[in-house]
Amino acid sequence: MSKHTLSVLVENKPGVLTRIAGLFSRRGFNIDSLAVGPTEHPDVSRMTVVVDVAELPLEQVTKQLNKLVEVLKVVELAAVASVQREILLVKVSADLQTRSHIIETAHLFRAKIVDVAADAVTIEATGDSDKLEALLRILEPFGIKELVQSGLVAIGRGARSITDRSLRSA
Amino acid sequence: MQRARNHGPLRTTDPDHGFEPGTDETLVLLKAVTKVTDGNAPGSTPEGPVAGSTPQAPGPNAPTPADLAGSTRPRGAGVSAPGVRVTGAQSLVMALEAVGVDTVFGIPGGAILPAYDPLLDSTKVRHILVRHEQGAGHAAEGYASSSGRVGVCMATSGPGATNLVTPIADAFLDSVPIVAITGQVTSRSIGTDAFQEADIRGITMPITKHNYLITDPAAIPRAVAEAFHIASTGRPGPVLIDISKDALQAETTFSWPPKLDLPGYRPVAKPHGKQIREAARLIRQARRPVLYVGGGVIRARATDALRELVELTRIPVVTTLMARGAVPDSHPLNLGMPGMHGTVAAVTALQKSDLLITLGARFDDRVTGQLSTFAPDAKVIHADIDPAEISKNRAADVPIVGDCQDVISDLVTVLRGDQEAGDQPDYEPWRRQVAQWKTTFPLGYTPQEGALSPQYVIERLGAISGPETVFVAGVGQHQMWAAQFVEYERPNSWITSGGLGTMGFAVPAAMGAKVAQPERTVWAIDGDGCFQMTNQELATCVINKIPIKVAIINNSSLGMVRQWQTLFYNERYSNTDLHTSHNEVRVPDFVKLAEAYGCVGLRCESPADVDTTIKAAMEIEDVPVVVDFVVHRDAMVWPMVPSGVSNDQIQTARGLTPAWDRED
Repeated sequence: MSKHTLSVLVENKPGVLTRIAGLFSRRGFNIDSLAVGPTEHPDVSRMTVVVDVAELPLEQVTKQLNKLVEVLKVVELAAVASVQREILLVKVSADLQTRSHIIETAHLFRAKIVDVAADAVTIEATGDSDKLEALLRILEPFGIKELVQSGLVAIGRGARSITDRSLRSA
Repeated sequence: MQRARNHGPLRTTDPDHGFEPGTDETLVLLKAVTKVTDGNAPGSTPEGPVAGSTPQAPGPNAPTPADLAGSTRPRGAGVSAPGVRVTGAQSLVMALEAVGVDTVFGIPGGAILPAYDPLLDSTKVRHILVRHEQGAGHAAEGYASSSGRVGVCMATSGPGATNLVTPIADAFLDSVPIVAITGQVTSRSIGTDAFQEADIRGITMPITKHNYLITDPAAIPRAVAEAFHIASTGRPGPVLIDISKDALQAETTFSWPPKLDLPGYRPVAKPHGKQIREAARLIRQARRPVLYVGGGVIRARATDALRELVELTRIPVVTTLMARGAVPDSHPLNLGMPGMHGTVAAVTALQKSDLLITLGARFDDRVTGQLSTFAPDAKVIHADIDPAEISKNRAADVPIVGDCQDVISDLVTVLRGDQEAGDQPDYEPWRRQVAQWKTTFPLGYTPQEGALSPQYVIERLGAISGPETVFVAGVGQHQMWAAQFVEYERPNSWITSGGLGTMGFAVPAAMGAKVAQPERTVWAIDGDGCFQMTNQELATCVINKIPIKVAIINNSSLGMVRQWQTLFYNERYSNTDLHTSHNEVRVPDFVKLAEAYGCVGLRCESPADVDTTIKAAMEIEDVPVVVDFVVHRDAMVWPMVPSGVSNDQIQTARGLTPAWDRED
């Protein structure tokens, strides 16, 4: 088993997320993370799905996704050939003694402080999973009160665009 | 181009001209249509003609509201009038007429009620009122399977729609092209748990090829055109259109053809030449090849091409449950059905093969048995129109995505070239070996003294009714015997529920088959268990003059389950006794039941009466006939590969496995 990042271009129609999520659960594939959003084309949405499967089931996932009428294109983005990012919002306990230390840690990770209260700060960080995990490990001793993390989004490196061809016919 | 698959929608082009699929006329039309499509809708489904484009031909088929008003105008005299003001319901009926629907099986109810009003006036669409929505769905499947045209069923929201779930799932697994139309509560009420509300689109998402929820009346014509296109092209399958009541009631404009908007739907029909050549290379190198033929060959109408391939290569063939009739059973190279209840020759040929030439089959568990030991020495060529089937269960050495008709024709061309160049492989020793298995281990049964054997009844039915008959079976022992003991000589002469294994399939599916092909004799071969699940459709058959014939193979039990209890549960018969014939208990009495419906009811209890009873049933042509064949309970389906073991363990009778080593 290994993690694979799939970019799925879909028609922006009601129910399409259910179709995709339903397909994964019905065929017994686990989704590690899922992110959905608009693209440069208003009729097309892009889903980034991270699945943890072996090579052969991955081929099956891709083929089954392609069979869905509202799926325009499925592309696997290899980690080395793409930029992959998640966003993390984390609320950390902070008093007068620890606050500056926490802020310093955040800056080391090029994270931002987005909210401050008397006994907590909220940090916004983006990066790949490893970086965010490392940040959390360091913040943990201060006391993590709450955290929320987005699904991974990814885009291929270089000038080529995966939306080029499919959007022409969309 | 999907020539064959488009029969359904294309019929519309000229319903009054005795339009025949596959004629030169068709081809010309198809080309013209394709051009029009390409010009009008760049990017939208370039493969194949689309339903929506057909009426571009000067349109006898474009109906106007006048058609709907039930006027006495001659059929087909309407003129295309883009932008006519109609209700959504009228728009639906006009769209159905425009795609060439001649029959709808259904039941009205609250949410679909608006659609039934214009339906009453349609001179082109015959609505057949069934007694249960499941019957409508299976009837649509039987209609589609026997004729190749898209079957249509209709139901109201909530329970009406959920009753369609079983046939939709059935059509999904057996790739049957049907379109289901359901009413939905008004769009304002959706999500409020309104009366008779069910999220049928959500429910059917995993069991349809595609589905729609329509709340905008303007979207109706396009949804209908797309649904018929999707159902009938690529790998065929069910499509559902759920329409809210307010969309049916609202005013809209109807214009035809609508522009299809399916940028993500691009079925591949034409196989890759490189893959075909690679397949031909493996075929040349093989010494023990087998043509493993599945239902896809029948759906692709590729049986003529297949026949050519068989004659050219002289390679032995196995025909799966879904492919019975793809190659005539009388053909010496046809080894019969493979799988759990397949013939010894078919099962063993696959096991010992060095090359499986897989055409429109999907390595179903009922065929492969234990997958890891299935055909262990074989390389695999796998051709299917659905890429997801290839290497799903068994890895393919040569994957070929394409329509079986094109795949087989291309293979024939390449292999013929090879042969003309003098490159002719020698399969003779292999042919001799499989022929020997075929003669040493024929299908058979041991009659029980003084009792009627189910296999004998089915054998005689096949022999007396003949190859032009359509045989429709339910699920269980009778189904396996019908697959084994009837000789199928042509495609679509055998219709059954294969993938889903839906008990109760036979009676309504036979009804649908008879409606599609009224000139043919249609026999439902059913079990006493199956029959009791859907026999209410006999009422539909009587009232609508659909004279099907039903042979109940009545062993007074859920026979296949009982067989497993005999073999694997120590003869502990838990809940398999149906009390329909043994010990003089008949609950119900099928003859009386048939008569109560206005059918002719006959009973046969001894081998001596079988032929005369069948002949008597064959002579009745105006009403449905139900024959209660009372057979003995202990007959079992053999050969059998017990569940989960290797196909090498095939048993010809209880505890009897052929000793291969002696023969190898």
